[in-house]
Amino acid sequence: MRRLLYLLPFLLFIGVGIAFYLGFQRDPRDIPSALIDKPAPTFDLPAIPGQPATGGLSSAKLTGDVTLVNVFASWCIPCKAEHPVITRLSREQGVTVFGINYKDKPEDALTWLARNGNPYAAIGADQDGRVSIDWGVYGVPESYLIDRQGRIRFKHVGPLTPQVVEEQLLPMVKHLRQG
Amino acid sequence: MTRILPAALLALSLTLPALTPALAVQPEEVLPDPALESRARAISQELRCLVCQNQSIDDSNAPLARDLRVLVRDRLQAGDSDAKVMEYVTDRYGDYVLLRPPFKATTLVLWIGPFAVLLLGAIGTFLFLRGRRGVTAGTDTAPLSADERRRLDALLRKDD
Repeated sequence: MRRLLYLLPFLLFIGVGIAFYLGFQRDPRDIPSALIDKPAPTFDLPAIPGQPATGGLSSAKLTGDVTLVNVFASWCIPCKAEHPVITRLSREQGVTVFGINYKDKPEDALTWLARNGNPYAAIGADQDGRVSIDWGVYGVPESYLIDRQGRIRFKHVGPLTPQVVEEQLLPMVKHLRQG
Repeated sequence: MTRILPAALLALSLTLPALTPALAVQPEEVLPDPALESRARAISQELRCLVCQNQSIDDSNAPLARDLRVLVRDRLQAGDSDAKVMEYVTDRYGDYVLLRPPFKATTLVLWIGPFAVLLLGAIGTFLFLRGRRGVTAGTDTAPLSADERRRLDALLRKDD
């Protein structure tokens, strides 16, 4: 029994070591969203000026089916990197994707969409970034998965990768569509 | 001596402004009402900039920090209390934006942890020392035998 007591500091050291090892592997940018399982914020954003075809984006459009809301900007390099993934989600994998165009110049956004393609069912232009603050956005790109009742169920900060889509997003979409 | 003091004061007053960090708050953000502005400054110093993470939004030049500073001022002008403004921001960004974590169930370990470790150490030390006192007091050591006593005396005498 006494002998075990002498092992205690060593065991504590191992425990703290493991905690630090795991802790330092976490991405400090990955902040848990305060909005998970809460209803998406109420908002009504106009379309990007010069692109009225799809209309703007409002919270009313987010109910009914499982949808993905993607916050993007033409000045954001990772947005361009994730664009093919978003496009595939919308065109091939059957997920309705809405866009929030974050603090962008309308002409820049339109040029960017013309060059890279527009996979969004509708885009709301958030020129002053206020609506994005309601969504808890702190770095574009960010993507939110919304269930049929209009609640936020999943958030991804940074560019969506095929791996995140296959392993997290699509299983979640399937699960939410059944529920 | 009479000349050194004013000179020192002058030197100090010239260097002090250079020591305070440059303000991130831009002139156009400042509210006309000084009371409201000082409340806004106090709140901003408590809120973490999510882009640079270890700066408050009051210190940070990040565009998001600026947006949040303006938001805080807008809320104050709309008549919100300080607590209401804090709540508005934490509703959107979670407790993580607070530079001083709140005391609640999920942060219990954070607040209580160090004191718990201290208490455990104190209990451990107490038990250890109490165990040792028994040894030094000689309660469980046999008294010297006649032979041992003679040897001890011989050794002590040799020293003189």
